[in-house]
Amino acid sequence: MIGALLARLSQGYRTLKYPEETPPLSGRYRGLPQFDGTRCPADCTVCSGACPTGAITRSEGKTRLDLGTCLFCGQCAAACPEHALTFSREHRMAVRQRDGLVLDGAGPFPHAAALEPGLRRLLGRSLRLREVSAGGCNACEADTNVLSTISYDLARFGIQFVASPRHADGLLVTGPVTRNMETALMKTYEAIPEPNVVIAAGACAISGGMFSGHDEVVRGVGELLPVDLFVPGCPPHPLTILDGLLRLIGRVR
Amino acid sequence: MNTACGAQAFNCIPVHLSEIPVLSLALFREHVVRRVAENGRLVSLFGSPCGSGVRLYAVLGTADSGGFTVLAADPGDRYPALTPDCAQASWFEREIAEQWGIRPDGHPWLKPLRFHRSWRAGHDAWGRGPGEPIEPSVTEFYRVEGEEVHEVAVGPVHAGIIEPGHFRFQCHGENVMHLEISLGYQHRGIERRLTGEPSPRIMHYLEALAGDTSIGHGLAYCQGMEALTRTPVSFRAEEIRGIALELERLANHAGDLGALSGDVGYLPTASFCGRLRGDLLNITALACGNRFGRGWLRPGGVAWDLTPDLLGQMLDRLDRTSRDLNGALELLFNSPSVMARFEETGALTPALCQELGLVGVAARACNVGRDVRFERPAGIYRFVSIPLTTWPTGDVFARAQVRRGEIRQSTHFIRQRLEELSEGSACTAPARRPVADSLVISLVEGWRGEICHAIITGADGRIARYKVVDPSFHNWMGLALALRGQQISDFPLCNKSFNLSYCGFDL
Ligand code: SF4
Repeated sequence: MIGALLARLSQGYRTLKYPEETPPLSGRYRGLPQFDGTRCPADCTVCSGACPTGAITRSEGKTRLDLGTCLFCGQCAAACPEHALTFSREHRMAVRQRDGLVLDGAGPFPHAAALEPGLRRLLGRSLRLREVSAGGCNACEADTNVLSTISYDLARFGIQFVASPRHADGLLVTGPVTRNMETALMKTYEAIPEPNVVIAAGACAISGGMFSGHDEVVRGVGELLPVDLFVPGCPPHPLTILDGLLRLIGRVR
Repeated sequence: MNTACGAQAFNCIPVHLSEIPVLSLALFREHVVRRVAENGRLVSLFGSPCGSGVRLYAVLGTADSGGFTVLAADPGDRYPALTPDCAQASWFEREIAEQWGIRPDGHPWLKPLRFHRSWRAGHDAWGRGPGEPIEPSVTEFYRVEGEEVHEVAVGPVHAGIIEPGHFRFQCHGENVMHLEISLGYQHRGIERRLTGEPSPRIMHYLEALAGDTSIGHGLAYCQGMEALTRTPVSFRAEEIRGIALELERLANHAGDLGALSGDVGYLPTASFCGRLRGDLLNITALACGNRFGRGWLRPGGVAWDLTPDLLGQMLDRLDRTSRDLNGALELLFNSPSVMARFEETGALTPALCQELGLVGVAARACNVGRDVRFERPAGIYRFVSIPLTTWPTGDVFARAQVRRGEIRQSTHFIRQRLEELSEGSACTAPARRPVADSLVISLVEGWRGEICHAIITGADGRIARYKVVDPSFHNWMGLALALRGQQISDFPLCNKSFNLSYCGFDL
């Protein structure tokens, strides 16, 4: 017992002060991409050619980058001869509408807004989610799981992952939704009482990600269910998921 | 060794297909069965398209040679199953049946493994028509019947944030008589997309094959392609890859010990390790920007070199994290109530381990010295060895103890590499096309155990077959058997002590 207390003392207090303070992210972290279209020669397609998932398209001299299929691999930025494309350190990337993830270099980023006031009243100060991995590779799952550790301490915001769908207010889905998980996912969804908020975390869950086009998978959860929050990344950084959840409940605006 | 009955191969050294003898089925069967019985092991057994049919390749690991023996045979549409005489072949033969529609006659439990359609139109091992639906786990299950015998079905969706799989327990009261594990829910169709016209997604597929083993599978791919394209890799790059692989091991072992601690209700270590695992992932992120090491490796070396400044930062973080980790583990291993739950739970014998061909932590916990870094080293491990960690009791305690030992060894290895990293270039671009008509076996000791990628090239140098064996493929059966005679309430603890991959198995 004394040993446990001493260890606790030496390990110290480790919960991040997020959202008030953001911990330093790796200098090589690839967050929200930014591009300066004025640098792009009209017929250049180097970036779209370098992209493994077709997330970047170039047409009529305009660049569009879909964060919903982007793996944040950085191959486009590395290939760009004009240095027109860079990855910022911005981890806040969750949105409420699918097309909000398609960047065209113009306008501010449409950060996720809170759930409708009626819904928030219904939920009170708690949000309980059932997580379903439907073909997820265990990276999105791991970085969702980590939110419940002492570093993030998700429960202090009233958010909790629960075992039974009957106890949940909504669903957080990871993975491209494999054909073999389609039934189990739908059954879990149906077992959750209203309002049944749906969150798609990671490129796979949003669009099928690198598996889009495979006949073994559906192209993400949006093909089957209405989605309330999209969290891009491959996998999304835990802070990106946390930011999305906090925005959804109106804790961050 | 009698090379007339098989080609000698070594980790990451290509063999020309013409050197691999194509035996009659009877001889093929006899050799595989005999060598596995003589303390050998089935590293891989798979089908590969050949003309209009399919050729079987068996990769046998012999205990003493440091290499493999590779044999081939042409089975036609059916052949006498190896499984009745060689338990290790069981899931491989089910896989061959499912992928290619080849029937191993006499297989005692021939069911689909991943529940997908055959890759050869018109060939289905179960005679299913093209329109017939294939649903996961809709199949026969082993059943025990009798008074007070009951069945418990769990999954695919489990209580926590974990991947899906289905478990069927046959119980008598609280005691498990048999556990059958049915997977395939995570099948994304990766393997068949690794062949043919090179896909720009190939490295990404391998990094997401089992997302917690991005470095392990990524490295197996890189090594294999470098061998096939004869691309030299600098010593510095090999060292950095070693750092990446051992960091992956550290993070996962720390996470697993925390999870084991949580499962027996010992919360201090569970909480500490939850945080420490994240800190270890962040060291990887420091190096390459991604916590799982995505994008760090590439054929020819590494995409992210380490600057002197980064080396210093990584060392500093490693020192702080390992000090806290040691403290957390000391607490765990010094708690008699925890040890009482770990000891004699889910025990396997060395003989069973040998019969099933288990790998990795699970095998070393049965006192079986099986470790690619030690037995069949490639890359940095050819020059710097990591001492083997084993434990004799085969139980949850042994699996925890092996992880603890490996945390110590890996930390030491990483620290040394960070301190003494050699000069050199970080990456050489693969200059040549892969050699034609060849087979290369690329093995990596991932944190779960032996990762095997067998790559076969065609006459044009393109990949004709890419066979992945994740360590979980060998070890799921070990978990099933570890549960026999245990209380069903010990399942979570046993399961965590193996911590196998669903998507790595389902591909
Ligand atoms: S970072 Fe995203 S957009 Fe750029 S190449 Fe990778 S997947 Fe494509």
